[in-house]
Amino acid sequence: MAQQRARVDAVIVGLGWAGSLMAEELTRAGLTVVALERGAWRDTTTDFPPAVDTDELRWSTRRGMLQPQAVETLTFRNRPDQGALPLRDWNCFQFGWNVGGAGTHWNGMTWRFKPYDFQPHTLTRRRYGDKKLADGLQVQDWGVSYDDLEPFYDRFERLAGTSGKAGNIQGQAQPGGNPFEGPRQRDYPLPPLQRTRACDLFDAGAAKLGLHSFPVPAGNTSGAYVNPLGVHMAPCTYCGYCEFFGCGNWSKSSPQACILPALKRRPNFSVLTQSEVLKVNLAADKKTATGVTFIDAAGRLWEQPADIVVISAYQMDNVRLMLLSGIGKPYDRASGTGVVGRNYAYQTISGASVFFEDEHLNPFIGAGALAQAVDDYNSDNFDHTHHDFIGGANMLIHSTNGRPIGMGGAVPPGTPRWGSDWKKAYRDSYQNSNSVYCQGTSYGHRDVYLDLDPTYTDRHGMPLLRVTFDWNENDARMAHFIADRAVEMGHAMGAKVVSRFEPTAKAFSPMDQLSSHTTGGAVMGADPTTSALNPYLQSWDVHNVFVAGASCFANNGGCNPTGTVAATTLWAAHAIKEQYLKNPGPLVKA
Amino acid sequence: MDRRSVFKSLAGLAALGAAPSAATGAVIGKHTILDPGLNPESLPQPALTGGLAFLTVAEARTVGAVFDRLIPADELSVGATQAGCVEFLDRQLAGDYGRAATQYRQGPFVKGTPQQGPQFQQTPAERYRAGLAALDAYCAQAQGKAFADLTPDQQDALLTDMEGGKVDLGGTDAKAFFELMLQNVREGYFADPMYGGNKDMAGWKLVGFPGARYDYRDVIGKRGQKLDLPPVSLLDRG
Ligand SMILES: Cc1cc2nc3c(=O)[nH]c(=O)nc-3n(C[C@H](O)[C@H](O)[C@H](O)COP(=O)(O)OP(=O)(O)OC[C@H]3O[C@@H](n4cnc5c(N)ncnc54)[C@H](O)[C@@H]3O)c2cc1C
Ligand code: SF4
Repeated sequence: MAQQRARVDAVIVGLGWAGSLMAEELTRAGLTVVALERGAWRDTTTDFPPAVDTDELRWSTRRGMLQPQAVETLTFRNRPDQGALPLRDWNCFQFGWNVGGAGTHWNGMTWRFKPYDFQPHTLTRRRYGDKKLADGLQVQDWGVSYDDLEPFYDRFERLAGTSGKAGNIQGQAQPGGNPFEGPRQRDYPLPPLQRTRACDLFDAGAAKLGLHSFPVPAGNTSGAYVNPLGVHMAPCTYCGYCEFFGCGNWSKSSPQACILPALKRRPNFSVLTQSEVLKVNLAADKKTATGVTFIDAAGRLWEQPADIVVISAYQMDNVRLMLLSGIGKPYDRASGTGVVGRNYAYQTISGASVFFEDEHLNPFIGAGALAQAVDDYNSDNFDHTHHDFIGGANMLIHSTNGRPIGMGGAVPPGTPRWGSDWKKAYRDSYQNSNSVYCQGTSYGHRDVYLDLDPTYTDRHGMPLLRVTFDWNENDARMAHFIADRAVEMGHAMGAKVVSRFEPTAKAFSPMDQLSSHTTGGAVMGADPTTSALNPYLQSWDVHNVFVAGASCFANNGGCNPTGTVAATTLWAAHAIKEQYLKNPGPLVKA
Repeated sequence: MDRRSVFKSLAGLAALGAAPSAATGAVIGKHTILDPGLNPESLPQPALTGGLAFLTVAEARTVGAVFDRLIPADELSVGATQAGCVEFLDRQLAGDYGRAATQYRQGPFVKGTPQQGPQFQQTPAERYRAGLAALDAYCAQAQGKAFADLTPDQQDALLTDMEGGKVDLGGTDAKAFFELMLQNVREGYFADPMYGGNKDMAGWKLVGFPGARYDYRDVIGKRGQKLDLPPVSLLDRG
């Protein structure tokens, strides 16, 4: 029998980016909020100060901050007719773990999706007609527009202390920024980070090709900063121990650095750590949730009653918790019906490795989002009339992760992987190599989905989430086109060796660790037959359950997801505060 | 204070119980007092000193011979065993890594497609135990000698065949075992010296990596210049 806790206004499942932002909004509105986090408390001074942080083996190679597979993993198969097997060791599906979630050890690239990305169905048909979409592709609008989300993107950039350069302020082009971004109300709160030699080389290459280069918006502070919650951030020191590491400097945008110091002081907020939610409990009519059941560190079961349940346990676990709790109809591939698990997407990766001669790139100097990019081939920024695909990719060069265990494979193609020849090649290429990395769009497909595994379970005996994924035809064609552009860029940058990279040419494997960006599975939309959530992230079926995270993306954009995770979360929080609290019930009629 | 004494004083604070207990499933809210000081679990965990902790002497000899072909001594730098890579591996195999503490270990174990990733029932420590024995047994049968007693050319030829998937080591997947050893020797050669390898920061000096530095604001403006920053270790045990 589960022990009962006192009722609260809202319970938040998972205290990463989405959970922290939602908790900040709801507590500021006066609600009593309890967050349940399956990992432990983690903070800068106590857990990853500089005297602990600068350790490649522990944090990067052994992934010391990530959620171990022993706690929960996924099962994987490429096609619906295969049996799925558990991913037993580290792979591309990198789950956050502990307070802060993946927001503690992410890189900090803080993008906005393009206006097109929210309305790909409408805008594709308008520009190219009905026949543009490949068979099986499930392209659909989000039920929300870029303009709706703009104020919330802006709010997140202010909270996070984002460093960047605007390209479009209220329709006015801004030199040096990204000319393809949607109109913004104002510039970033901090100017761009300092540059590296790699950035200079990329800029020169872009200029030669007539492309528009700009600094990637960075959740690494280019200077001291105080955010709207009064929280102080210190300047990034370009330490380069960023991705997979906590930041010892209060310089990386993270729940710990930006939100929790203020949240922790509010009397109507508390977090229970090492408390894992097993399911959301529903009332007899299945139209409302009564709260959640969780298990604590000692293995005791508890019930936390609440008027509002916010599921913010990361994209994958959001979908899993909905399936385990019976919220929304599961996607059934055979009939093409059902919505939970539908429109899962990954990030379509391609690019080129580049090797220079006699450079001193000093790759150890960097930051998680210290990068220079072009968006000329992203989204619908170029004419697709004569291409057999929709979508595109951002193309960038990245100054980060220049550490010696991880870079050991970064030698020109054809070099032995061991022995004295490898040593010589590695010594030279350490200062001379980088890559043109392209993060592409990805669209939902009939044969790509998430459901519960019939065989394998987690440590509590609950079914694991099963991923059925392979590159779809549209996305693979796009990546082929983009890899060609990356090769052009490599040559334009003056690289001596350019090595084309097109992982979409073969079956996808999570072991390739191409990107950690997974989206969809509980998508938002205006049509309850193709979306699990309405445009306010509210479950169509259980009106007091809101689901925040990249699970709500109807498709993945050609860049990192978290800016859009934050904007959609804050947009939903606004709707809860302004509409739902006054009149609890469905915010949109099904 | 140098890095080492800072670290010691922080460790002292933690030992006095000033660190918040992360392990209790705490309720953290306005009234929770989070004291300064390090969470003891977060402190750097240097390798134990002393004799072998997991490998037998014979296993250490075999794996040392493999490692010295993967990262040989030459005019650029010392080889893997001189850099401490066997000690490094030994400590790793005796710890969480060796016992696959983070991995998903529930069955059924099924081979699957290459895309589905490794499905080993054995832990890394068990894979070394079985793999090194299989490697020596194979050499004894084919050449009448242990791996360590082959000539460097013979060793290279065998390793090349393992890498190419052309050797049958019975129950051991030779190609996967080769990949495991290659990954671990690189780790030993380039990880912080506190883990037992990378002696005198030989690996870091080879490529010019400055180690556990945390602030490059003074040099980021020197774009494209040779910097020659001497490396530093997290615990100065290089
Ligand atoms: C290595 C890496 C680099 C990245 N770099 C970038 C980048 O540069 N730019 C970008 O935009 N994005 C990046 N991302 C992605 C980014 O980290 C995520 O998009 C973001 O953190 C998602 O926020 P979230 O709140 O949805 O999930 P998280 O931040 O992961 O938080 C989810 C929380 O829920 C908890 N939880 C899960 N299940 C339960 C349960 N059942 N009960 C209780 N608690 C639970 C988890 O422990 C976790 O703390 C990166 C990710 C990784 C792994
Ligand atoms: S690179 Fe900057 S933001 Fe990243 S961990 Fe280092 S100091 Fe922090």
